[in-house]
Amino acid sequence: MANAYISLPELISKNQTTLLHDWISLQRQTGAFNRRIKEEVLLEQSRGLLTELCSALQAGAPNDLKATEWSATRKILEEVSGTRTSLGFTPAETATFVFSLKEPIFNLLFAKTDSNVEKQQQEIWGINLLIDKLGLYTTEVAQSARENVIARQQQELIELSTPVVELWEGILALPLIGTLDSERTQVVMENLLERLVTSSAEFAIIDITGVPTVDTLVAQHLIKTVSAARLMGADCIISGIRPQIAQTIVHLGLELNVVSKATMADAFALALRRTGRSVEKRVASPKNGSL
Amino acid sequence: MIVEADDVLPVRSTEDVVRVRQEVRSRTAAVGFSLVDQTKLITAASEIARNTVIYGGGGTLRLQILQNTTRRGVRLIFEDKGPGIPDIERALTDGYTSGSGLGLGLGGARRLSNEFDIASKPGEGTTITLARWKR
Ligand SMILES: Nc1ncnc2c1ncn2[C@@H]1O[C@H](COP(=O)(O)OP(=O)(O)OP(=O)(O)O)[C@@H](O)[C@H]1O
Ligand SMILES: [Mg+2]
Repeated sequence: MANAYISLPELISKNQTTLLHDWISLQRQTGAFNRRIKEEVLLEQSRGLLTELCSALQAGAPNDLKATEWSATRKILEEVSGTRTSLGFTPAETATFVFSLKEPIFNLLFAKTDSNVEKQQQEIWGINLLIDKLGLYTTEVAQSARENVIARQQQELIELSTPVVELWEGILALPLIGTLDSERTQVVMENLLERLVTSSAEFAIIDITGVPTVDTLVAQHLIKTVSAARLMGADCIISGIRPQIAQTIVHLGLELNVVSKATMADAFALALRRTGRSVEKRVASPKNGSL
Repeated sequence: MIVEADDVLPVRSTEDVVRVRQEVRSRTAAVGFSLVDQTKLITAASEIARNTVIYGGGGTLRLQILQNTTRRGVRLIFEDKGPGIPDIERALTDGYTSGSGLGLGLGGARRLSNEFDIASKPGEGTTITLARWKR
């Protein structure tokens, strides 16, 4: 019989229930899936993907997943990738979920007695490529999610972290570690000023050993903090200016107008002296030579 | 002169400025710059990158590794399509700022580089090229 040609989208939409049933039972057979994923979630995601795939095909979506016709499908795949990644599925396992849709669809296509063999072959090849793309998309999503996490972690690593510590009565230290580009720098500096008030400290040592680059922005933060501290009756000492940073500061033309010391220890010794204290090495008595 | 590597990086946000510094650090280290020379170019890059974000409205950095018969170096080309710099001499003057900076970035970056060039047209954008050679 010269039967009317049934297009692939039509075929899929007409047999959606059967397809879904076959696909789900296939997924159940491959044990790895149902162990970790809830039945309802599996069902919902499978149905969602099939529905969106179907309507995209019917809308004549081009063979390019970036096209707007595919946006709903992409969204489902992103969801699928998200839930599965958080459940500990590997990207390959997630992609296999999508690839496993091939078998039921191919079965359906092969069962179709079509006079137009060439057309049918084209369709099989087309849907094969398409499902590959859908599967690979879940992998891409998983990968970029992972990269985001890594980027965020790196960002946090270089983000300024800083406790204000009291080295001695009246002497605070602020060891700066990280970059001073972000908004948080302001907060850190304000913290120091607040602590100066509450502890009525006379000295604040700002140590920049852990600041990789001192440019005009960093200098501006330092200058502002130093002058605010001065207004509150406290003196700042900057320590930890490494030789290469010292040279760069000179070339930039920066004038920090503040006492600086090579190391935090030197700065601490200076602050002790200035507050009328001194540190001395105890001379061990020859009789009882203990410390 | 041979350009060994030629990469483009975005310079649109504060995070990009941090990334530019990291990238310049790893390139200058790879070329064999001393710590002082690394720091100089990194700091110059930081200044120009931040200007690109703040005044240029964002742009790009082209990062090149250069090799001629006798020496190697790193060239940085910052480009933006911002408002441009109407008076380059004035912008280079230490202490001049149209914003709330110290006005030292541009002049400082010039002093920290071996080669420095500003091309800018009002309304069209700004291209700033810096290079430093390995000593
Ligand atoms: N890419 C740019 N586009 C437009 N104008 C610029 C650009 N770069 C610099 N300028 C102008 O040049 C001036 C001087 O720049 P410079 O970097 O020396 O100082 P600053 O950025 O204002 O302060 P600082 O860098 O010391 O924190 C800026 O205030 C700005 O008006
Ligand atoms: Mg600047």
